[in-house]
Amino acid sequence: MIHKFKNLGQYIVLDVASGAVHSLDEKAYALLDCYDGNGVFLPENAAELGLVGAEYDEAKEELQSLIDEKLLFTKDIYAEIAKRWDKQSVVKALCLHIAHDCNLRCKYCFADGGEYMGKRELMSAEVGKKAIDFVIEQSGNRKNIEIDYFGGEPLMNFDVVKEITEYAKEQGRLRGKNFRFTITTNGVLLDEDKQAYINENMSNVVLSLDGRKEVHDAVRVRVDGSGSYDRVTPKFQKLAESRNQNNYYVRGTFTRDNLDFAEDVKHLMELGFEQISVEPVVAPETEDYSIRREDLPAIFAEYDRLAQILTNTRKSGKFVNFFHFMIDLEQGPCAYKRLSGCGSGHEYLAVTPSGDLYPCHQFVGKPEFKMGTVFEGKLDENIRKRFMNSNIYTKEACSTCWNRFYCSGGCAANAFNMNGDIDKPYEIACEMQKKRTECAIAMAAALSE
Amino acid sequence: MKHVKTISGANLAKSVNKGGCGECQTSCQSACKTSCTVANQKCEQKKD
Ligand code: SF4
Ligand code: SF4
Repeated sequence: MIHKFKNLGQYIVLDVASGAVHSLDEKAYALLDCYDGNGVFLPENAAELGLVGAEYDEAKEELQSLIDEKLLFTKDIYAEIAKRWDKQSVVKALCLHIAHDCNLRCKYCFADGGEYMGKRELMSAEVGKKAIDFVIEQSGNRKNIEIDYFGGEPLMNFDVVKEITEYAKEQGRLRGKNFRFTITTNGVLLDEDKQAYINENMSNVVLSLDGRKEVHDAVRVRVDGSGSYDRVTPKFQKLAESRNQNNYYVRGTFTRDNLDFAEDVKHLMELGFEQISVEPVVAPETEDYSIRREDLPAIFAEYDRLAQILTNTRKSGKFVNFFHFMIDLEQGPCAYKRLSGCGSGHEYLAVTPSGDLYPCHQFVGKPEFKMGTVFEGKLDENIRKRFMNSNIYTKEACSTCWNRFYCSGGCAANAFNMNGDIDKPYEIACEMQKKRTECAIAMAAALSE
Repeated sequence: MKHVKTISGANLAKSVNKGGCGECQTSCQSACKTSCTVANQKCEQKKD
């Protein structure tokens, strides 16, 4: 299977199963349609399309050599691997819901103002430490363990964050585990002390900032309804500088109210940020700010525009990283990782303030997905297996989708929320994912020139 | 080649041979928390 597309003025073909990417001229690109999909070239098809002459013969030969070298029209070998694979999955990452409470009232919050359809609650150090013990026990021979401090707003409970971090470091030393910490914050409570602690201990920090002031302030409001942009932006700029513009993300959300989100990315660049992520809102279509199918053409055009802006910036010698266009064509993750997905429910779990376990942060508060507690030290096997056994080949839509090794089957929570089944990916999210993969590949090709 | 420029080779197919150690970062921990993008992640094994 191949996927061909035009972007950034280039003709690109992705050979899905091998992962090879080629940039073609117009003639070779047109000739791709003359293959029968099984690696057999059909000259009569070319003649029918009017693709004849010496130039076409030459292009034909070049394409044929790619086929011979197994770089084009290769066969998918992974479905069999997925079937045979005796996956020994262990828990290696936790999302700790340090605070089910927030000092902002962002209108699009999937966590329902931090409360996750429950009550306002802070995690105790005791629960956090139990979670650390739990993940050490569950992680088997895995050395690297990730702890993400999430909320609500984790800075509302920062003393506990510190206590858990120190405990994990100590236990890691004793039991041969390498902990990596990350934290997400809206910045309201960020100060010098917290910044210093974060810089010393956290391998990544995610700073919530949507872009232009009017965009940010229309949504990310304080309890009294006023915007938070002025309060958090300077602190984020300082933090980003203090980390040498590395190992952090400013992370914005776009909704149908700012489909010109490339302007927000530009604004973040103007503020000096070099690690940027701006992503579509996750919301049911009943919300007026949610992304609908009819918004897709505008979103695609905006992604194209953004890819062009970022390519120009990079070509001018300035580095800006946009999370969703970042792609590593040479040393990306292995096929096993790509076919198995995000790991929710078996490798990655969320822990609520009271110690309940869920498949991931987006399942928190859905009683049918509660998998146990950190105190019991065991997991609901039915739920665990359900998630573990899900992969791109158990999802009908994915098994034939060209994008399957780039999104690894999409977000299980999205699929469940929108289609009632973790194996039925949410189509609108898929369309945007596919567009982003195209942009990312096209940028990589354009920058390799 | 005149009509084709290969940007990257069969890296996915090659990864089958040495992959699967599971030491890499969990996708959702990096920035996003709302979608599964794996292609931008790093492999923990140093390939050479
Ligand atoms: S884009 Fe959608 S259908 Fe395609 S592989 Fe990803 S989740 Fe599956
Ligand atoms: S189910 Fe979705 S939100 Fe949850 S960990 Fe996976 S990709 Fe992330």
